[in-house]
Amino acid sequence: MDQGLLERLRERLDAEGREPVFAHGLLAVQLPREALLETVKLLQDEFGFDMFLDVTAVDWPEREPRFDVIHHFYSTHDHVRVRLKTAVTEADPVVDSLVGHYGSAHFMERECHDMYGIVFRGNADLRPILLYEGFEGHPLRKDYPKEREQPLVRYRE
Amino acid sequence: MNQVNEKTGAFEYLTTRKDELVGWARKFSIFPYPFVTACCAMEFMSVSSTMYDTDRFGAALPRFSPRQSDLLMVVGTITHKQAPILKKVYEQMCEPKWVMAFGVCATSGGFYRNYAALQGIDKIIPVDVYIPGCPPRPESVIDGIMQLQDKIANASHPIINEKF
Repeated sequence: MDQGLLERLRERLDAEGREPVFAHGLLAVQLPREALLETVKLLQDEFGFDMFLDVTAVDWPEREPRFDVIHHFYSTHDHVRVRLKTAVTEADPVVDSLVGHYGSAHFMERECHDMYGIVFRGNADLRPILLYEGFEGHPLRKDYPKEREQPLVRYRE
Repeated sequence: MNQVNEKTGAFEYLTTRKDELVGWARKFSIFPYPFVTACCAMEFMSVSSTMYDTDRFGAALPRFSPRQSDLLMVVGTITHKQAPILKKVYEQMCEPKWVMAFGVCATSGGFYRNYAALQGIDKIIPVDVYIPGCPPRPESVIDGIMQLQDKIANASHPIINEKF
């Protein structure tokens, strides 16, 4: 693992409201959502992070803003990882979509939209991918009742 | 009429009850339809191949068409998204038909208690035999098949019923 590269990246990212820190052996960056696309472009073009691993979210019910949207990137050349955390509020859970930068963003953003209700601005197809049409709510949010079922077939008596 | 039978007269006639005869025939020709969705499939493969060999019970030949099968084996977790498919497969099977819930997920949802998992297939289709276990041992599956055979042998088999 190229620790020097991560150190250079940390110095480069430490601006415009971003807070890069090392956590568990990888670089974790807290950033405002306005800076997301620009940061991703920088990671991809200047530092060679060519693989988009995952997008997910974390629900903090007591916190304001309530959600963290988490992006993970990997460099297949340097074998290092970077994590981006973007905080969004419950009233306006919108971040920019990465479909213009990574093709794999299409499906992963649909899943995140299913489970947490995060809206990805620029992803034109946010139909359910794991859930089904007509499913109400977002099951991985903490306020979704864990025993609530939404069956598609009517139960027998 | 050949010479031997003319001499002894043996087995020219036999008397039995219609239900017993039909039940005996049916219980040894259970053609299963494996509706396999999850990890129990490994155990299903084990029980249907040489070591345990469900062929001994006439339940060996999987028919991958619901129209040709008698026993719907539901092997694995059924989610709410999958439930309409299972229901449709069950409805496409011809009478007489039986259903086996293979493993705890099909029986009761198992340890899945959330938005996704159906809490037992008997919520949507009738079940004849439940096999517990996560996954069940091949011995329990064979026990389940034998219980189903008993059930078939002791049931009444109307030639014409309200559905046919």
